[in-house]
Amino acid sequence: MNNHTQKQKNRGLGVLAIILCLIIWQVVAVYIVKYTFILPAPTDVFSAFVELARSGTLILDFQESMIHFAMGIGAAILVGIPIGIIMGWSRKCDAFLNPIVEIIRPIPPLAWIPFAIIWFGLTLYSAAFVIFIGAVFPIIINTYSGFRNVPRIFVEAGKMLGCTKNSSLIRHIAFPAALPSVASGIRIATGVAWMCLVAAELFGVSNYGLGKNLWQYYNLHRMDCVVVYMLILGLIGLAVDILLRYYIDHHFLKWQTNEVA
Amino acid sequence: MGNLEIRDLCQSFARDDKTRLQVLEHLNLDVTDKEFVCILGASGCGKTTLLRLIAGLDEAESGSILLDGEEIKGPNPKVGFVFQEYSLFPWRSVIDNIAFGLEMKGIPAGERYKVAEEYLELVNLTPFRNSYPSELSGGMRQRVAVARALALDPVLLLMDEPFGALDAQTRNMLQKELLEIWEKTKKTIIFITHSVDEAVYLSDRIVVLTPRPGRICKIAPINLPRPRNRTSVEFAEVRREILDLISMNCSVQ
Repeated sequence: MNNHTQKQKNRGLGVLAIILCLIIWQVVAVYIVKYTFILPAPTDVFSAFVELARSGTLILDFQESMIHFAMGIGAAILVGIPIGIIMGWSRKCDAFLNPIVEIIRPIPPLAWIPFAIIWFGLTLYSAAFVIFIGAVFPIIINTYSGFRNVPRIFVEAGKMLGCTKNSSLIRHIAFPAALPSVASGIRIATGVAWMCLVAAELFGVSNYGLGKNLWQYYNLHRMDCVVVYMLILGLIGLAVDILLRYYIDHHFLKWQTNEVA
Repeated sequence: MGNLEIRDLCQSFARDDKTRLQVLEHLNLDVTDKEFVCILGASGCGKTTLLRLIAGLDEAESGSILLDGEEIKGPNPKVGFVFQEYSLFPWRSVIDNIAFGLEMKGIPAGERYKVAEEYLELVNLTPFRNSYPSELSGGMRQRVAVARALALDPVLLLMDEPFGALDAQTRNMLQKELLEIWEKTKKTIIFITHSVDEAVYLSDRIVVLTPRPGRICKIAPINLPRPRNRTSVEFAEVRREILDLISMNCSVQ
């Protein structure tokens, strides 16, 4: 009970911080900066939001961005997990693939934009490609380390119970044992992918998109609308992260209670 | 059947300084069907190495291990293994852990669960059918591990200090349960321990190993009738004999 009220109090503190922040922002924008191009006030942003929501473009932007995001993440999962598995399972594949992965990994995803355009043109595929590049490495690395850290005793117990082929050991022992690590890799990847989204849409691959229209409204000097898009991008990113975290915690908690502090 | 013959078994490991550490030296041992044998020895004497060789988890440097006349060359479903540490798959419920071996054999779900439930009952854990290993106590986990190893109906059950991490009370209870299971299922059991008390309570024969390199120091038959009473004079007598034997002949020279 005590703990519960303490939690509520703490939540109240968070809400208070947001309200304070809004008030300070409003005061600074209206009384100090006095110029909505430099700093739109919260009230300006709110009315811009109402205007954008009425026109219906926000929904279309959201849909378009989600398509880019899902394609990029989906491809990253399909490519990253198998690569992580073979690197984590076989020392030889690790030695073979590791240098390539380590050289390509530090290249910022946005540096791939020129090639994305050359290879895929101004299509949604090039946006998805940039997102894919951002998302695939966290998935490879986490799958890899998940597989590397599978306790040997599980593999040996599996062998003693008739699970002896590499493919069955991967499927029945190593993959389930590594799954929490794989899942947290996907969670990290969605974060990176979301950050790549705006840049991936900037170069005009589609008529809609949250990143695309953020840039569009900047060109129109509608900074209040830019802030609306910034906040929406932040909130969706947060929501995706909370959903994934909730799913991961609830799915793996039942067999991990004694491993996580 | 579960007759085991170990012939001239040697095993050594490479050390950092390029020399080799001899762990087992020309070890010979016969275990007959349905026998309960405890292998007793100080830590580091090669008990676990020996058991892993019998299991087929490691390959011996030289010598052979025959189970019912067939050489052991790798993990074999005729041999069950209960590990020292907790080895249950944490992502599977108790029943799915027990059914794992049957699943690997390709037995359909209905039959698989029927068999698994029998073994669940054998270790008295029916109420925990759908629990996850993280929800079980140490003693319950090792009981599930025993059930999981037995579910494939092996002829030989290898146990590597399975109760080593448990408190004395739980340990005594599990020893009693293990003997009951052994009476019912009649497997050949090779059980590793460093506890003389445990070895005297459980075995038909105690095999005492010398410390490095591991050789058989002494094989002592235990002729006390079962159920054995730990507090009886005869039990204490046998225990003292074994302890004397170890301190006189089988300890570090």
